Formats: sequence, C-alpha cells, structure tokens
Amino acid sequence: MDSPKIMVRNFNFYYGASKALKNINIDIPENRVTGIIGPSGCGKSTFLRSLNRMNDVIVNARAEGRVVLDGRNIYDEDVDVVDIRRKVGMVFQKSNPFPKSIFENVAYGLKINGVKDKYYINETIEKSLRDAAIWEEVKDRLHKSAFELSGGQQQRICIARALAVQPEVLLMDEPASALDPTATLKIEELIQALKKKYTIVIVTHNMQQAARISDFTAFFMLGELVEYNLTGIMFTKPSKKITEDYITGRFG
Amino acid sequence: MKKKQFTQILGFSLLRTCACAVILVLAVILYDIASKGAVVINWKFLTTMPADGMTKGGILPAIIGTFLVTVITAILAIPLGMGCAIYLNEYAKDGLITRFIRMAIRNLSGVPSIVYGLFGVILFVQLMNIGTCILAAGFTLGLMTLPWTITASEEALKNVPNSYREGSLALGATKWQTIKTNVLPYAVSGMLTGTILGLSRAAGETAPILFTGAAFYLPHLPKSLFDQFMALPYHLYIMSTQHHSISKVRPIAYGTALVLIALVFTMNLFAVILRYKLRKVKME
Repeated sequence: MDSPKIMVRNFNFYYGASKALKNINIDIPENRVTGIIGPSGCGKSTFLRSLNRMNDVIVNARAEGRVVLDGRNIYDEDVDVVDIRRKVGMVFQKSNPFPKSIFENVAYGLKINGVKDKYYINETIEKSLRDAAIWEEVKDRLHKSAFELSGGQQQRICIARALAVQPEVLLMDEPASALDPTATLKIEELIQALKKKYTIVIVTHNMQQAARISDFTAFFMLGELVEYNLTGIMFTKPSKKITEDYITGRFG
Repeated sequence: MKKKQFTQILGFSLLRTCACAVILVLAVILYDIASKGAVVINWKFLTTMPADGMTKGGILPAIIGTFLVTVITAILAIPLGMGCAIYLNEYAKDGLITRFIRMAIRNLSGVPSIVYGLFGVILFVQLMNIGTCILAAGFTLGLMTLPWTITASEEALKNVPNSYREGSLALGATKWQTIKTNVLPYAVSGMLTGTILGLSRAAGETAPILFTGAAFYLPHLPKSLFDQFMALPYHLYIMSTQHHSISKVRPIAYGTALVLIALVFTMNLFAVILRYKLRKVKME
C-alpha cells in the first residue's frame, strides 16, 4: 500500500453508553478513493465524521483511540479542531448550500479563514468551480442564489465550497444518494478527477458505485471493520463469507 | 352515510364558531373604543399637555413617557434576551445548569406583573438607588419581557437548519464564526419579531410601572431618564378610575385607549411584516 494519509488505530466511538465503532484500525492511502460500504446503522457515517471530528458537536458522544493525519493524532488535546476541518473537508449526504449567492457559498470558507485579497478570492472561486465541474453551468450567474440550482448542481456547489479552502482530504457522505442517475454519473466522474489532488473517503450505500469509483473498499458491519482491501479483490474474492454475502446482495 | 355527513358539518360549524368568536371579541372592543375615542383624537390631543385638572388638553406626556419607557425596555430586553437565547440554543449542553435556566425562564413568564413591579421597586429604585424614574420602569418592564424575548429568539434559532451550522463548521469555521455568519443572519428577523411582540405587551402594562416611575400627573415633560413620567396605560387607568370627575373625562380615557391600542397594533403589524420578510428570504 502507498503511504497512508490517515492511520486509524484502536478507534472506538460511543453515543452515550452505546458503542457505535469498535476498535477500528485502518490505513487510508493518499490520493486514492477509499469507499466505505455496509448496511444502514453500521457506523459508516460515524466513522467518516470521526475523521474531521464533526462528531464533536454531538452531545454525549465520546471518541477513544487515535486518528493520525500526516503523523499527528487529531484527537490530541493541543490540536485545534478548526485546523483539522480545514485540512479535511466534508461533503454531506444532503446538499446543503447556504442561502447565499453561488459566489458567496464558495467564498464562505475563504472569508471565515480571513482571506481578504479580492483577486485571490475570485481566482480560487473560479478554480474551485472548475474543479467541481460546474463552472460552465454557473459562470454567468455567480451572484444568483444557490437555491435556484438543481439538486445535482447544488451538490457540486457544495463540493466546490469544500475545495475552495484547499483541503488535503475530502470526506463524502453518500454524496449522490439524493441525485438522479445523470447527476450521479457527473459526481462519480468528478471524484475520479479529484483523486489526483485529494485523498478521498466516500461512504456509499450503492455497491456498484463503490466498485466503480473506489480504489480501496472497507466493509463495516455493526460498528466493526469486517474487511478492507483493494476494491478489485473485495468484489471478486473477499476473504470473509459475510462480506461476500453483503456484496452479492444476500442482505443489507 | 347521511348521518355521518351531518355530524361532520355540525362539528365543522361548531369549530368555526369558536374561531369566529375570537374575531367578534376583537371587533367589539375595537368598535367600542374607536367609536368613542375617535371624536377626541386630533392633532392637538396628541401634541399638547393635559389642562384644567386633566379634564381638557392632550396626552402628549403620556405618549412620550410610554415611548421612552419602551425604548429602555428594548435596550435591556433585546441584548439580554437574544444573548440568553443564543447561549441556550447554540452553546449550552443539556445539563443541570441548562435545565435550571430553562426552568427559571418558564417560571419567570408566570410571575404576575404586579410582582415585577414590587421587585423593580426593591432592585432598581431602592437597592440600585436610581429612584422612581423612566430608567427603573423600563428596566422592570425589560425583565418582564425577557421570557418572551428568550423563547421567541430560541424558536427563531431552532428554525435555522442544522445543515447550515455543520456546513460552516466543516469548512473550518469556529463556533462563533458559524453563529455570526451563518446562523444569526437567518434568525435575526424572527428574533426581532418575537421581541417586538413582547415589547408591545410591555408597552401596555400598568402594574410594573405603577411603583417604579409612572406619575399621576406631571406639569412638564421628563427632562432626563431619571425623571418620573406619565404613561398611556397608567393615564388610562387614572382617567377611568381615579379622576375626580370620571364621567367628564371619559372621552379622554377612550381617546387614550385608542392611541394605546393603535400603538400596540402598529408594533404588532411591524412584527408581522418582519416575519413575512423572513419567510420570503427562507424560500429563496
């Protein structure tokens, strides 16, 4: 395996008394797409949100163990969570543009990070929108509300918004689950293009999608990491019976 | 089948009658006050001092007094109430202290206004020694308005989708940046709406200002916030129960009532317009 961008070691996560993640150990390689699959409630999203400490906002939740990003445990006490989230961007399941213009949406991350240089902001916005493969569709209406766009376009605006702060890792929580097939295809192509620059971790409910876009696949069940391997191997000769059952659609 | 339909129509009509009764009550009050009050209202009535033992002249000092007191009420209630709501909705973790604060707010809204009046006397007039004046009365009303302001503001904050907060945090915003740039802008008109409704209630209150600064009659307008003042609701109370010739000043009482109601309605209308605007922003 290539050098891991993120190493997760003995990671447990609790919602109150219930244990949502059980002793997770996984290496996430740089500039690759790592797909996370598993039945509903298996801890996929919880795991994803542990990688940029978005779970911090949940009341009564508790993390245990280490998530090492570039050699640094992001759960160490002296780590500023704000820095982590800027480095590890996130795209949510339901596209969540802010009720602002397209321009303001993409500029948001720059502005809160104190960027004032107008020229730089304009450049970055165009670049991010291009990288998110939506520049051509919105370049003439940057100052219109992002709410006027279609669902698929909104999701790509959210991706552009995440890219604008130049993260190193991009976490995606079922980014295409609410989209139609055409829009889904666009997002999938986009992910393929983005992995040249970013390390991508994507949660997906859709087995075919995982097979199509991810280089590595991790199978979660009941809060445990059951199996993790190259996608090609996972989908042709998984080493565990239960993985095979899930992948072939015998349950889930 | 027929019977079922009949029952449905009967039930419907009953419910509609209940709803219409509310309108009827309001209509009767408005008609009564408007028809008897409108005759005395003119520019002079609104802009002159009372004269001849308050049997003639206008109600200017009462209008100015109520206006000033409401401004003080707003100055106390808006920042304190909004701040408290922001803390409760955005920062407070569910714990003993939070539950205690919420319980306190619930109980505050049940405290009778006359008790607020007595409390105001003790805290502001005596303990803080600012005397019976506009400031003391405004502060007392401000405290009384707090539960409304807090509850309405919290409701407005709850209406901001959580995805705005998460989206902002995920981009590396601090909690306060998130609140300031991606929550408050979408909540502030709702917060103000609730606050204005609270203020309009406060503007019509008599009991809390009774001991804290409102005067029976003053020959001149207040010169500072440390002066006593006349207020519309108290003036109305005096004109209808305490004056030496009640029947003679009845038209003035009705005129005062009409001005007070017009003031409160204007504030409520303002709140409704704000809420309408808020809805439009949200739909965009």
